[in-house]
Amino acid sequence: METTIVSQGSGREQDPSRLEHPLHRYLDPVRAVPHPVVQVLDEQGIPVGPAPPIAADDLLQLYRWMVRVRVFDTRMVNLQRQGRVAFFVPSWGEEAVQIGTAHALEPHDWIFSAYREQGTAMMRGYPPWKLICQILGNGEDLLKGRQMPDHFGAAEYRFTVASSPVGTQIPQAVGGALALRLRGEPSVAVTYFGDGASSTGDFHAGLTFAAVQQAPVVFFCKNNGWAISLPTARQCRAERLADKAIGYGLPGITVDGNDILAVCTVARDAVDWARSGRGPVLLEFLTQRMGPHSTADDVTRYRPNELLEPWKKRDPIHRFRLYLEGRGLWSVAAEQEFRAEVDEWFNEAIRRAEHQPPPAPETMFDDVYAVTPWHLHEQQDEVLQCRK
Amino acid sequence: MPEMTLVQAVNSALREEMRRDPGMVLLGEDIGNLGGVFRATDGLLGEFGEQRVMDTPLNECGVVGVAIGMAMLGVRVCAEIQFADFVYPGFDQIVNELAKIRYRSGGQFSAPVVIRMPYGGGIRGGLYHSQSPEALFVHTAGLRVVIPSNPYDAKGLLKAALRGADPVIFMEPKRIYRAGRAEVPTEDYTVPLDCARVVRPGADVTVLAYGAMVSLCLEAADRAAAAGTELEVLDIRTLWPLDIEAVLASVRKTGRVVIVHEAPRACGYGAELAAQLCERAIDVLQAPIVRVTGADTPVPYALEAYYLPDAARVLHGVDRVLKY
Repeated sequence: METTIVSQGSGREQDPSRLEHPLHRYLDPVRAVPHPVVQVLDEQGIPVGPAPPIAADDLLQLYRWMVRVRVFDTRMVNLQRQGRVAFFVPSWGEEAVQIGTAHALEPHDWIFSAYREQGTAMMRGYPPWKLICQILGNGEDLLKGRQMPDHFGAAEYRFTVASSPVGTQIPQAVGGALALRLRGEPSVAVTYFGDGASSTGDFHAGLTFAAVQQAPVVFFCKNNGWAISLPTARQCRAERLADKAIGYGLPGITVDGNDILAVCTVARDAVDWARSGRGPVLLEFLTQRMGPHSTADDVTRYRPNELLEPWKKRDPIHRFRLYLEGRGLWSVAAEQEFRAEVDEWFNEAIRRAEHQPPPAPETMFDDVYAVTPWHLHEQQDEVLQCRK
Repeated sequence: MPEMTLVQAVNSALREEMRRDPGMVLLGEDIGNLGGVFRATDGLLGEFGEQRVMDTPLNECGVVGVAIGMAMLGVRVCAEIQFADFVYPGFDQIVNELAKIRYRSGGQFSAPVVIRMPYGGGIRGGLYHSQSPEALFVHTAGLRVVIPSNPYDAKGLLKAALRGADPVIFMEPKRIYRAGRAEVPTEDYTVPLDCARVVRPGADVTVLAYGAMVSLCLEAADRAAAAGTELEVLDIRTLWPLDIEAVLASVRKTGRVVIVHEAPRACGYGAELAAQLCERAIDVLQAPIVRVTGADTPVPYALEAYYLPDAARVLHGVDRVLKY
């Protein structure tokens, strides 16, 4: 299937490095052109290329999942403002990347995520009330209340546990992929990370090892424009983060990350590429972090509001809804009914999670080692004695 | 029983464990055709193939990170860091990832990777081929830290590490890789990861050591015995978790302690040993604990002999605790 490719200007046309110079004789003129961006739907939800072969029911599921992620984020931020949640990392604007990539995976594939993939986790089957237990750090949290909010992880859903250091999951995903290949399993490993992570040594290590080993791994780079306060243009001088793939010797593709049909199409093809033994792929999804880095962030210090205006028009959910309505698959009535259902779904999840007790104090010393050694027992006694 | 050097014992442990577990993988720099810069993996590529003996790009973050990912999905992995001095690019993966995966996942995931690394001075390696960073790993919750002092222990401890459920930092004293041969059984055996060993019993002074320092302390003990003082030399072997009972048993007997390591003194492993003894055995101590260690300087190339503890300095420490 072919998709329409559109070019987006980078705004660097006046760059002094583009002025005539003898060095240009040695440079590939193709490399000077910004990497194309794969798109299926335009901003009005009108197809600009053939839609991928996804059944109508599945299209509706993609839409429903994106709405659930957005509502979840809004509900959690509200809980944070009410003081019921300590901290939260919303993913507003990044719903299509999370859901479209998850749609491309088989249940037996492995996900090495970062901390802004709540939608991916939910779609994999991680129950929302369990996600909220993690956010609350209570006794029903799969992580036993050990980590800050949003560091989800569930072995049952083949979703490894996030950490706060940025990019560390990238070489780990490569190791995961090599383990799968060694055992002859048909699964791939995928890893999510942002534009900031593309500057880390871990990114370099991961792509270097993956390419040399031709590991069955797909790198999902969510370029949401910001690494906390730093815009991507100051994170990386390359026109596209996907261009970095060239130096490692693997394919790199830039995708409109607010176009779920483009995300689904390219992610599916990339996963198939890796699964069929052709090696790793780097996908860059252009999107925008519509909210703050976290609830502890003050986005007004570095991002003018008007910068978001063009991105509001590219909203992944609105855009896909227009497409579905255009095909007669969705309606105002369906939307109303579904929204009420989602609200009730999260009401129940929040109620259930908030009713769980905190972790038992003595569990603080579990899981440091497989079997708790003497010095931790001693410290446990000391802590518990003084807290009586 | 065949005799082998410490590095041959390491090689033998790796070979036997790879035969025992057909899924086990080695990875590291130059471990394939070259067999490792110290030949610890000599011949393993030929026997097990390049999928299982993986020569990696020169990137320790990648070596450790990839090893972690494999281990999380159930593959037994032994990674080699070419010199302990070069572990720091992989330090974040060790400290923030490897050591914490079981804890941070609530026990859902674990990564029992064994990271081998030659460490220590005595080979004229200068600043960057001589370091002893064991205290950094002891300080990191979730890691086991193991340092053998002889071929028998090297093989038995490495095998135990490779069968264990925790990540292990396995540091090999490279100056004694080929210092001598010792008998190593042909039948399968392991040495437990929580057990110090009295190498030489004695009534007067406890000398706590590990790695290459053990043989040097034995030399000191011979000389002390000639002068009428009996040193009890304890090989710590498994630095963390520490076999505190073995240490206390010896100190209760002698009441005098000298701690010997080649790492720098400040916040070195000896500081933890001394603190443990002050907390648990101050009533039996008859003299202040003395540390005989490397200096709080980088390891100097030309003046290495002045940096490293030797038998004379150990005896100097023994004198101090005896004459107090």
